[in-house]
Amino acid sequence: MPERKVTVVADVGLHARPAATFVRAAAKAPMDVWIAKPGRDPVNAKSILQILALDVQQDEMVVIKAEGDGADAVLDELAGIAGSP
Amino acid sequence: MTLTGAGVSPGAGHGPAYILTASVPEPPEDSAHTGGADAEKERALAALRQVADELEARAARLERPDDPASGGTGREGADILRAQALMAVDPGLAVEVEALVDEGVAAPRAVFSAFVKYRDALAGAGGYLGERVADLDDVRDRAIAALTGQPLPGVPAEPAPPAEPGGAPRPYVLVARDLAPADTALLSREVVAAFVTERGGPTSHTAILARAMGVPAVVGCAGATAIPPGATVLVDGSSGEVRPDPSAEDLARVAGVEKARRAALARAGESGATRDGRPVPLLANIGGPQDLDAALRHGAEGVGLYRTEFLFLGRRHAPDAEEQERAYRAALAAFPGRTVVVRALDAGADKPLAFLPPPGEEPNPALGERGLRLLRRFGDVLDAQLGALARAAASETAELQVMAPMVATAEEAAWFAEACRARGLRKAGVMVEVPAAALRAASLAAEVDFLSIGTNDLAQYAFAADRELGTLGDLQDPWQPALLDLVRLAAAGASEAARPCGVCGEAAADPALACVLVGLGVTSLSMAAAALPAVRAGLGEHTLEQCREAAEAARSAGGPGQARAAARACLPALDRLGL
Repeated sequence: MPERKVTVVADVGLHARPAATFVRAAAKAPMDVWIAKPGRDPVNAKSILQILALDVQQDEMVVIKAEGDGADAVLDELAGIAGSP
Repeated sequence: MTLTGAGVSPGAGHGPAYILTASVPEPPEDSAHTGGADAEKERALAALRQVADELEARAARLERPDDPASGGTGREGADILRAQALMAVDPGLAVEVEALVDEGVAAPRAVFSAFVKYRDALAGAGGYLGERVADLDDVRDRAIAALTGQPLPGVPAEPAPPAEPGGAPRPYVLVARDLAPADTALLSREVVAAFVTERGGPTSHTAILARAMGVPAVVGCAGATAIPPGATVLVDGSSGEVRPDPSAEDLARVAGVEKARRAALARAGESGATRDGRPVPLLANIGGPQDLDAALRHGAEGVGLYRTEFLFLGRRHAPDAEEQERAYRAALAAFPGRTVVVRALDAGADKPLAFLPPPGEEPNPALGERGLRLLRRFGDVLDAQLGALARAAASETAELQVMAPMVATAEEAAWFAEACRARGLRKAGVMVEVPAAALRAASLAAEVDFLSIGTNDLAQYAFAADRELGTLGDLQDPWQPALLDLVRLAAAGASEAARPCGVCGEAAADPALACVLVGLGVTSLSMAAAALPAVRAGLGEHTLEQCREAAEAARSAGGPGQARAAARACLPALDRLGL
């Protein structure tokens, strides 16, 4: 399955505004999208509650996965959001 | 009777107490639905969608500042409400609600139970996540209230009527167990004089929104909801003191302090200086062009630390020259004729970059190849950054200064200065983050144009205490006398070499510590922009001699707590101004 590894740059980690922006973008994707910390079980990238519980801090790496038509574009967009300050 | 909590938004306020105690009751555990499961599911999901729509609508109002109902919290408030709206329509939550309804559970109870798992996960994590529980509970209660037709506990829409005919309306002191951002975000200073909650911590939304509104707030204040409704309450958002039925003298004293504090903060546009006129440039720490607005708004006299990591982190390749040049030029253009200090890329084992692979495994990353050590290994990356900086500076009037992170020796300082000069950069400096650099500051300073002390890393290396470990927080306290000794050594060494020495760690953001740093010989201070007005006000009220006395008193103390108390005793205006 195509994936992107990205380091979260924002001060607040993947919480607050970055988490909301990320979830809104993921929710638009036609296919399932998953996000995980390396080596851990993935969670639904369209769920703000699951992403908050993942508790990704600044400078932590996440792996984002999706499969199907347009998956690369979706992953590029999501990796861009996660990697923005 | 005086209550005490944590002061999380400074200033003082008083007014009649408005107590919010009502809450939405938990739906009975055994409640079952009688109709079809599909209709019941739709009813539950429709209630959640309705909550999301209401929250979105409130967020939209907050982003129209000309709307008289928009309140004082603007974009920060809107962000919080939009995140709550996403919680209401969370797909994982919907799946659980549907499963419960399929088992026969009625919609209100299904909504309640579906939230439990997420609520427990957040509460168990504690800290920032634990404080999001209040946001989640509010979404849940709104949905349940919509399903059961109950009214929600409401906040006041207007201030209390005047105490006597012809008087002014009196803003309330809003007291609650916890406040929902959906309510507080739309409040304004005309309606609320202060917030007091029994729960919550410094990162609770009450705290964040109160600071955004400029309204005093005390959180974690046990017993606050027992205050009788309508009783006058005095709230000190700096000390955390909450006093019901204050005396006339209390009110007069607090009003005097508050007036002095506001007057002192209002001088934010002036240059930083001690009371007797010694200039101390007050600069902003920034993490990218997005921080420039706040820096200018709070009266920064330049940039004292531009962290350039944001351009590099999370990339597979280094950013190209044009992108770097644009990001650097934005900061230089924002401060024409002023100083902008840019720190060369500070990467290392804890901030790994695909294009700067570490030479091997590092069992002790903080002591490994990071900062300048890594830049020497990847000279092309440093050279590209210095080149982009030189091109950005060529067309701007701001004075660009470039500094290297993680420098330990004079040889490293000389190497970096040479690299800068080879690129035509006129001002090169080094950060003092390693005790060795502080001890030999004069020989480092002789090789470069300036020094800048990074107090967080200096404390980490001086006390052998990982800055990421909360349990070692005492050793990371910037008031540790040994850390102050190192700052003094660095400043004295720089002075011997006739070079300026700034501080760009968070220590500079504490108005008392800022005075102490100046007393230790530091010549400029750089901090998060929001801290600038208070530091400028504190410094402007004390002479250089008072700062030196405070520094001496702090260094003579046995520990950080005593050092802070001893220094503040030498800086009498801080308490007078509520700083």
